[in-house]
Amino acid sequence: MNEVTIFGLLAAALVGLGLYGVLTHAAPLRRILSFNLLGGGVFLVFGVVARRGAGAGFDGDPVPQAIIITGIVVAFAATTLAIALLLRIAELRQDGTDD
Amino acid sequence: MSATLLIDLALAFSVLAAALWTVAARRAFEAVVGFVAFGLVLSLAWVRLGTVDVALTEAAVGAGASGVLLLGATARLGAQTLAEVRDQPAMALRIATGFFCALLAVALGWTLLNLGDPAPSLAPLAAANLAATELGNPVSGVLLAWRALDTLLEAVVLVLAVIGVWSVAPDGAWGGIPGDIQPPRRDPALRLAAQIIPPIGVVIGVHLVWTGAEAPGGAFQGGTVLAAMWVLAWMAGLVRPPAVSSRRLRVWVILGPIVFIAIGLLGSFLADGFLAYPAAFTKPLILLVEAALTFSIAVALVLLLVGPPKAAP
Repeated sequence: MNEVTIFGLLAAALVGLGLYGVLTHAAPLRRILSFNLLGGGVFLVFGVVARRGAGAGFDGDPVPQAIIITGIVVAFAATTLAIALLLRIAELRQDGTDD
Repeated sequence: MSATLLIDLALAFSVLAAALWTVAARRAFEAVVGFVAFGLVLSLAWVRLGTVDVALTEAAVGAGASGVLLLGATARLGAQTLAEVRDQPAMALRIATGFFCALLAVALGWTLLNLGDPAPSLAPLAAANLAATELGNPVSGVLLAWRALDTLLEAVVLVLAVIGVWSVAPDGAWGGIPGDIQPPRRDPALRLAAQIIPPIGVVIGVHLVWTGAEAPGGAFQGGTVLAAMWVLAWMAGLVRPPAVSSRRLRVWVILGPIVFIAIGLLGSFLADGFLAYPAAFTKPLILLVEAALTFSIAVALVLLLVGPPKAAP
């Protein structure tokens, strides 16, 4: 048992848990949070694959590591857009203009 | 059982506990706090997986910036959940969903434990070509040289996200100052923090970008720290963003991608192709791209955190 095993299992658990949250929560904010947990699990799968590719003096394969950084930033951009839409819907509901 | 194994197990259980809390918490605020804790502990897990670059990104973007965004949204939503009663799944459906999600997790876990040996790796290739980029950090080499196209598209995604966030502004507010109007706060502690921390934070942010060439760090991590410093001063009412109709602000947002594309096109004529660097100028061009990217990333992150305009100009 080493860090690849432990964090590999953690990644799998996060993907399952995040997906469950996305599918069962009715509140959009909770779905956004769960979707980010699911994303965290997917990034961790990449991280484990990168760690397995350690070699040539590096602690991990730099290519998947760089893609994880790209992924985290893109996930954040998508989250801000989702939150902006959510807050706008909440505003419209409060004004009672959407029904 | 070795000490590192204990640390890994403790980290994994903490991450899982924070994630469970995020999904199971009763109130939105509690779930957001769980999510921020999740991001922070996960960044320690990244260190254990040997990638400090990702750990810095996770701590800055995944926990810090996301935390500010989500806590702000929770405060604005108040008691509103926007959940329809008919959207609440019945217990039987929830159990079935839980079963299939667990099945997926088990299948994924089994797959990850049974990956083929030897593991495929581009590490030797990266090590062999790192000297050509004159960089010491292989992750920066991937981001700015070998997979520069991904990084360019990522920078463009940030621009698109800013356009998306602005486009949900009410018609009457279009062209106004983005975000809520920050009233001058009477809170002296916040004002003091917003005056003392930014000079230190700006130095740390610039250092993260500069050192990214040789050690963990880079444009995204440094840009996030710079953006956080500006947002802190904004929250204390010390600074105000320009109106979204301002041409200057729009140029700031697209400057990074434009410089990146221009240097990429230069490569089409002077080197092997689009986004290739002429061998004699590799390092200066990479630094130029990184500086422009950092600036635009910081501006875009500020605008994403601040949100769409709320009131007429």
